[in-house]
Amino acid sequence: MRESKLGLDFKKVEEARKTAGDIADQVQRFVENYTTVSVERTLCRLLGIDGVNREDIPLPNMVVDALKERGMLADGVLHFLGNALLDTGNTPQQTALEISSGKFDFSRLSPRTTAETARVLEPYINQSVLRIRDKRRSREESIAKLGEGPCPYLYVIVATGNIYEDAIQAQAAARQGADIIAVIRTTGQSLLDYVPYGATTEGFGGTFATQENFRIMRNALDEVGDEVGRYIRLCNYCSGLCMPEIAVMGAFEGLDVMLNDALYGILFRDINMQRTLIDQYFSRIINGFAGVIINTGEDNYLTTADAFEEAHTVLASDFINEQLALIAGLPEEQMGLGHAFEMDPELENAFLFELAQAQLLREIFPKAPLKYMPPTKFMTGNIFKGHIQDALFNIAGIWTGQGIQLLGMPTEAIHTPFMSDRYLSIENARYIFTSFRSIGNEVEFKQDGIIRQRAARVLEDACDLLEKMKEEGLFTAMEKGYFANVRRPKEGGKGLDGVTRKSAVYFNPYIELLKGKK
Amino acid sequence: MYSTEIQDFDKTLDLSKVKPYGDTVNDGKVQLSFTLPVPAGPEAIEAAKQLLRSMGMDNPQVVFSRELTPGFTFFNCYGNLQHTVNYCGIHVPKVESTVMDMHGVDDYIREHIGRKLVMAGASTGTDAHTVGIDAIMNMKGYAGHYGLERYEMIEAYNLGSQVTNEELIAKALELKADAILVSQTVTQKDIHIKNCTEFIEMSQAEGIRDRMILVCGGPRISHELAREIGFDAGFGVNTYADDVASYIAQEYVKRKNK
Repeated sequence: MRESKLGLDFKKVEEARKTAGDIADQVQRFVENYTTVSVERTLCRLLGIDGVNREDIPLPNMVVDALKERGMLADGVLHFLGNALLDTGNTPQQTALEISSGKFDFSRLSPRTTAETARVLEPYINQSVLRIRDKRRSREESIAKLGEGPCPYLYVIVATGNIYEDAIQAQAAARQGADIIAVIRTTGQSLLDYVPYGATTEGFGGTFATQENFRIMRNALDEVGDEVGRYIRLCNYCSGLCMPEIAVMGAFEGLDVMLNDALYGILFRDINMQRTLIDQYFSRIINGFAGVIINTGEDNYLTTADAFEEAHTVLASDFINEQLALIAGLPEEQMGLGHAFEMDPELENAFLFELAQAQLLREIFPKAPLKYMPPTKFMTGNIFKGHIQDALFNIAGIWTGQGIQLLGMPTEAIHTPFMSDRYLSIENARYIFTSFRSIGNEVEFKQDGIIRQRAARVLEDACDLLEKMKEEGLFTAMEKGYFANVRRPKEGGKGLDGVTRKSAVYFNPYIELLKGKK
Repeated sequence: MYSTEIQDFDKTLDLSKVKPYGDTVNDGKVQLSFTLPVPAGPEAIEAAKQLLRSMGMDNPQVVFSRELTPGFTFFNCYGNLQHTVNYCGIHVPKVESTVMDMHGVDDYIREHIGRKLVMAGASTGTDAHTVGIDAIMNMKGYAGHYGLERYEMIEAYNLGSQVTNEELIAKALELKADAILVSQTVTQKDIHIKNCTEFIEMSQAEGIRDRMILVCGGPRISHELAREIGFDAGFGVNTYADDVASYIAQEYVKRKNK
């Protein structure tokens, strides 16, 4: 019997887990029959296709769009590239360049079996697998050599729009004590159906996620990591319409943490649910293999829905996200399931309810590096009170042993953080984490007290919601607005035209090679 | 700071010459924090003090300083501001309507208009934040102020975020909206101003500028700014659905009676 500070009924937890598993299985039965333009572009990138043409269109897009126009997408890009290699001797990159310059003759292709195309691509496939594995190993070696900060990791954002300025800000934050640096993406990138190329210096509210920007920031963090004697993790956004592509770019460049949540994209970016759930499956397989910690976005539900009334939706969604991640072979140790400290500060005993919620998540997902989001909704511009709200959040974080503490900024709702804002936030967290380090082991919660009762209630409500969702299926549940009070139609949103049913010759050996492996 | 010296300034309040207030009228006390891109040390502190002086502060004090990362030093400062402001001569344009609560607005529309007012709102451009438009439009509202969706006499359509100006205008035309609400949260590099200006230009081109009531809102929007861009009204921080609904209802009646 697991010990619970909340007196939780773990039988109930396992029931909820099983129900969530059934919901995830329903989704998976759909997902397996389909591919998307972004999954296919990901495969292009894995085979070494990279770069842009004269109009700045990425070559993976040129290839996949060409296949789509010719109705060849259902067979998959690997089938095509293998075929091209057999018929012309061209490497995937050479084929991409020929397509881009309009020189590729599609009529030259002769029909091939999957076995033939798979065999000829094997060296390329093996090379990409090795490349990702090497990056993972080098992270593990760095952590072994340098060490890392204690949990909860201090996570801060940089968001200047200019990757070189971001690097300066990130290094400063690392020196002040940050463990994870997230480079916020420029607003709107999630809706681009391509990944921009090269180093970028212009963005709105953030910086473009590009492979080159990943590399620049990873180098900056390696440099400062050596200096401070601590491995500094890099986080970006494996979400939006290019989910799996960004996963593979992150895997190539040694990203450590990725926001990776289809449900978030559906609800808050109006991305089509079919598209993004298919994309998510492959992206999580890659993230799992690359040793990347994913973060899920349940915390955002509470920016539109009330944190007290809708706390159970966060838990229910975490259960589903856990199961969707397990299906993709992503281990629990890499699941940064999301939740947040977002209750109305005017609510009596709000801190007790927050503590109950944070402890509940901790006990239900014991191995997960839970991602804990700071107050945002009730941050008012009163920076002095805001700093105290963040302090309470930090107390809840250390008390309940969260994995990743996204540090709140006193200037939340005013501007993207200044260097000094980050300093004040890190100072706040370090003071509280040091001062409260062992409180979780010291203090127990009163039997039948407010905290235990609250936790039991939230679990109960989450179970009921999961049962209801199992009856209706995840797609219908999203159409009905069960999460975040946001309704999204199954056929609506962005990106549905990029979804294709797989044909009989379609193959993607990476699923086999990467899923659940190291 | 703990000086017991007699302070020889006039301690009577004169609204034509107002100064910041610490604990005594006209003491001019100001607190300020900033970072300079210089290493910490006596020179850094002197640099901060000189800046305070050039801002018009007497008795500049750096009470805390810390090097954030090599070459960047953070300061917390106090000073006594010399400048004054003529409070009596200030005129700030405001939304001129009486603010009513939800029931008040519903009654007002029933009585003076006799049908539901149709309102379409969105967070426009690349702005992905729904928090502003949701606070105004969603059933639940924000901070105890119910959103427009809950009003009996308002038919509210929240189109969400990342809606292009074209889409919003097209939808408003399709719905025969009486009012359009534009929400802007991201303001980096004045993107909100560019976006709002484009919206107004398009609404003029579509011929709805004078047919519909156009309002915008967001944390960095003021009524004055909104009017300058060409909106009928702007709603900034600490305004809620009741402010917006009251204004639109009364403005509609005002126009109808013209």
